[in-house]
Amino acid sequence: MFKYLFAKNEDIPAGSAAVFFGFSSIVWFVVGTAIGSFNAAKLAFPDFVMGSEILSFGHMRQVHVLAVILGWISMAFAMAMMYITPALGNTKLWSEKLGVWNCFLWNVGLSLGLFLLWLGVTSGREYSDLPWPIDIVVIVGVLVPLGINVWMTIKTRRVQGIYTTNWFFGAATFMVIIVFSVGNAPEFFQLTGLTEAYLTWWFAHNVLGLWITPVAAAIAYYVVPKVTGNPLYSHRIGHLHFWSVVVFYSTPAAHHLMSAPLPEWLKSFASVEGVLILVPAIAFVSNLLLTMTGKWRMFVENIEIKFTITGVMMAIPLNMQGGFQQTRAINWYVHGTGWMVAHAHLALLGFSTFLEAAAVYYGLQTLLRRKLYSLGLANFHFWMLLIGFTTYWVAMTIAGLIQGAGKIYEVPYIDVVIAEHPYMIARWVGGTMVFLGNCVWLYNMWMTARAGTVIPAGRLPHELAYER
Amino acid sequence: MAFREYKVGARMFGLAFGSSMFITLYMPAVDIAGVSATTSALERQLAFGRVGGFSYEDPFLRGHGKPVTVDIVEDPKTGAAIEPTRAYVYPAEVPFPSGVRHPRILGELPSELSVSKGRMTDADEAQGAVFVVRETTRGGISVPYIENATATRGWTPAATLAKADDKNQAFIGKGKIMFVREGCWWCHTLLPEQTQDWQYFGAPPMLGDFNGESPTAFGSDRKAPDLTHVGSRNSSREWMILHFFNPRLVQPHSIMPRYDYMWGDVDADGKPIDYDAWRAAYNEYEAGKTIYPPEVPMPAADSEARALIDFVLNLK
Repeated sequence: MFKYLFAKNEDIPAGSAAVFFGFSSIVWFVVGTAIGSFNAAKLAFPDFVMGSEILSFGHMRQVHVLAVILGWISMAFAMAMMYITPALGNTKLWSEKLGVWNCFLWNVGLSLGLFLLWLGVTSGREYSDLPWPIDIVVIVGVLVPLGINVWMTIKTRRVQGIYTTNWFFGAATFMVIIVFSVGNAPEFFQLTGLTEAYLTWWFAHNVLGLWITPVAAAIAYYVVPKVTGNPLYSHRIGHLHFWSVVVFYSTPAAHHLMSAPLPEWLKSFASVEGVLILVPAIAFVSNLLLTMTGKWRMFVENIEIKFTITGVMMAIPLNMQGGFQQTRAINWYVHGTGWMVAHAHLALLGFSTFLEAAAVYYGLQTLLRRKLYSLGLANFHFWMLLIGFTTYWVAMTIAGLIQGAGKIYEVPYIDVVIAEHPYMIARWVGGTMVFLGNCVWLYNMWMTARAGTVIPAGRLPHELAYER
Repeated sequence: MAFREYKVGARMFGLAFGSSMFITLYMPAVDIAGVSATTSALERQLAFGRVGGFSYEDPFLRGHGKPVTVDIVEDPKTGAAIEPTRAYVYPAEVPFPSGVRHPRILGELPSELSVSKGRMTDADEAQGAVFVVRETTRGGISVPYIENATATRGWTPAATLAKADDKNQAFIGKGKIMFVREGCWWCHTLLPEQTQDWQYFGAPPMLGDFNGESPTAFGSDRKAPDLTHVGSRNSSREWMILHFFNPRLVQPHSIMPRYDYMWGDVDADGKPIDYDAWRAAYNEYEAGKTIYPPEVPMPAADSEARALIDFVLNLK
């Protein structure tokens, strides 16, 4: 990678940036889930690794969260953008060199930011924990170069229209820059009080709603038609999805603070807009599942489709929860409980991770021109993720309902802690399965790059049979 | 130029996204900016200092550049007896909180009174200052404001600190830094919810309770009791010391981590703390081999544990 940083743009092989991003994302996924498993062990067994400030739960929790969001998920997005955007425009990435630099700065900036967070250098704001100098690195070194590359690649495309996936990519890279800049304004400009509290959750909401969810969906819009060979069921429904994300998903930020003393009109508005999340959700899920018509066999036989469609189907419970848990009628019961932790993992480890994993599996095979090393290991990875995640989600949902009941019946808090203990152990077991699965994935992808069957020119990876 | 549908799309996108940002950013900002600070908001920011997270004065969150809160019963200038008063001492070079730097954010009446009556803007960071929260009535309503006692009464930071012994000094600002750095708020929320919840954890905060404070650190994932009013529920410093050193000394089923490392190297008497010996003795106790747990060392006055306990006990 380093030799390409100072090479001429023409001398860098096409796809290099995407390959670097792909492997970086997998490494960050392994790191992020390792820390997640470590943290979960501490919640089950509080004296597990003690006496050290930097290894305490309060220092490690935010490192886990940001390693998976900015490392795994966002780098997998960058990887997807850097091969899908040119592929859909029948062109090359606008600047391969910018892409390589982007990947380099991203890894350096994120490592530095997480190291500082680990030491306790934090802004004290959930999801925007990074201190503001690192926020500037993220905006200038990570988000803006990515955006420029995506927009310019779309602009220099050699086809007339712009496919659904690229609307999402182009719009999301723009929106995430706005979200990151405005969301960190409390640190840049020393904003205080409820403005700070509200902007913290405005950021947290919109980084999910305008970055993670639409980009993950955009990946599915590419992978399913590409691998199955079916055209997208309906571009009009795709339009409905896109516009309803922009209009409905960008507005309900205040529903994260339903019990805080924010202006009541803001909370009511956010709550109503929050239910409308079902519009893009239903448009997305129905469009993708109908695209599968006649090809459902591939859900079983093809690893990329298996991951993608599992992720798409997880969008159903995700948005059913998301739409309704934030209404006043339900929020008072589940707010601040493990239910929310389960929901957040359903969004990031369920829905979005499965879609990104498909993009990384498919993209790395395409770019390296190598067939996946082992289908068996890929299936093992899939089931470790799915069973591990499900264990986690079920355990945390039950724990959340216990906490909710404890909250309204005014049970002494320690009794809630005692009741939750078995679910904390289950959470740790589930999270550890995800981590172990990812280690296998990293090995499988590394071996694919070194020893995978070479894909002949003009063929697609999924057209070849596995040799192992 | 031929019709291009993406040009229509780009404009529609700008309109849709712009409207959304107008409603979710501009309108709430205007609404929140019109809220006047309550007494609680003034007390909080004066006790916490400028920022509760990463800042120029304290990049590694060690608690540098924070004010000291003192309770005094004598006038620091004249020595005369006064009503028990809580004063916020800002030694020279300690940055003032946002409300003092930018009176506008305190809201219309509190900022006007703080400037005219409290002479708040006469304070100079290079010299240091002592602040007090006062209340007065305007049109039949009680309005809080900040008084710069250095200007109005001639209380200097050094003289004011000298009037309070160790028991009457609280390192609340440093403690808030510890609360943020150690991630206490990942499990303990600072926001009783506006539902049944507040019968157990106390009244939820009001709209104007946070003007000038950053970060608010409400927390979102409550794995442990809410702490907004914990100082009113449990005011025992001894209990807090045991609980922070090893929560399972006072609550066998607690899953809170041990914060013994915040004691540092020496205890209040300057004796080195032998953590390995303490843990070994505790393990004996836990295994039922001894009847009493080992003695918990008292935290030193400049230790992080002391500041954190001061912060928690003052959450009322």
